[in-house]
Amino acid sequence: MLFEIFIRSQHGLAHKHVGSLHAPDAALALANARDVYTRRHEGVSIWVVPSAAITASSPGDKEPLFEPANNKVYRHPGFYHVPPEVKNL
Amino acid sequence: MGTATATELSFQARIDEGIKIEPKDAMPEGYRQTLIRQISQHAHSEIVGQLPEGNWIGRAPTLQRKAILLAKVQDEAGHGLYLYSAAETLGVSRHDLIADLLSGKAKYSSIFNYPTLTWADIGAIGWLVDGAAIMNQIPLCRCSYGPYARAMVRICKEESFHQRQGFDILRVLCRGTPAQKAMAQDALNRWWWPSLMMFGPPDEQSSHSAQSMQWKIKLVSNDGLRQKFVDQTVPQADFLGLRVPDAALQWNEERGHYDFGAIAWEEFHQVIRGHGPCNRDRLATRQQAHHEGAWVREALNAHARKQQEGAHAV
Repeated sequence: MLFEIFIRSQHGLAHKHVGSLHAPDAALALANARDVYTRRHEGVSIWVVPSAAITASSPGDKEPLFEPANNKVYRHPGFYHVPPEVKNL
Repeated sequence: MGTATATELSFQARIDEGIKIEPKDAMPEGYRQTLIRQISQHAHSEIVGQLPEGNWIGRAPTLQRKAILLAKVQDEAGHGLYLYSAAETLGVSRHDLIADLLSGKAKYSSIFNYPTLTWADIGAIGWLVDGAAIMNQIPLCRCSYGPYARAMVRICKEESFHQRQGFDILRVLCRGTPAQKAMAQDALNRWWWPSLMMFGPPDEQSSHSAQSMQWKIKLVSNDGLRQKFVDQTVPQADFLGLRVPDAALQWNEERGHYDFGAIAWEEFHQVIRGHGPCNRDRLATRQQAHHEGAWVREALNAHARKQQEGAHAV
């Protein structure tokens, strides 16, 4: 079975995808992930997820999914004019 | 190349813009096949590359050297796995890739078909072979295929320890007895030329180079990398007090590079064709390990099946 491996590094960050590996079950996937992906203190926590359990967006849907965000610049603070004499805004 | 289709042109435009190609993106079949070949050959090289060094784990001169060598060989196994993972994102199965290695159909770096006769060879492999590998691999961290580039970043981070531990082995030997220094010189004599061959045939004979460079899955030419390797390594040999086995080697003030002698390409092709000193031995060792590990794989699968059936029964 193919598993995707996620590692949380020591600096309070989120788990991050690092790669995949094959294992007969989740327990062994965890043991193997420790050997393959954390030989140099890369992490303090490991998630293993069966690759088949992941539903991914399709590259072909990029436009309908992400285009709408493009014309909503007002969602970013830089869109607004702040008069120079106004502080702490 | 014939006339490019609109799809090929838009693909090339993405590459030229520096946009990474990811597993589910549309890609020309040639790109996919070239990458599968390149990444899987690279993975096989990491796996077979464990064998020449494995030969010395039980005979390392100190416990610390043994621990270091074990860690290095374990890294090589890890590198093989990162790369098989990257290859699998292109729609091939690891099972098939490994079957191709074991049957002798797939190629791996021909450097690993040379024997490790003395402890100094372990130093020479780290210093020269891993050094040449790093030089090949650093540009690949910027290659166009995302999973391959990311695997190379991890690998390059780990390789630099490999090169330094090799140099350190030779540094100590070169400051030892005359016999130890002679052993180091002998290792350099045998590994120098095969290391230069690791960069592949001269540019004018390299069949896939132009297309691969256009696709950004090869970023620097074979001869360019080879020159860089010679320029970096000769001063290191000087530091060790070792002589590079090349009568034609000379600093060229005008070019700002070392000139070096002609490479015996006939030997390179012989080794690739399977007639190197250890080709048969390497393959037989891999086949034996695969065969002898079969019961472990079967037992693990049986256990996983049983656990799952048990979970359903409850």
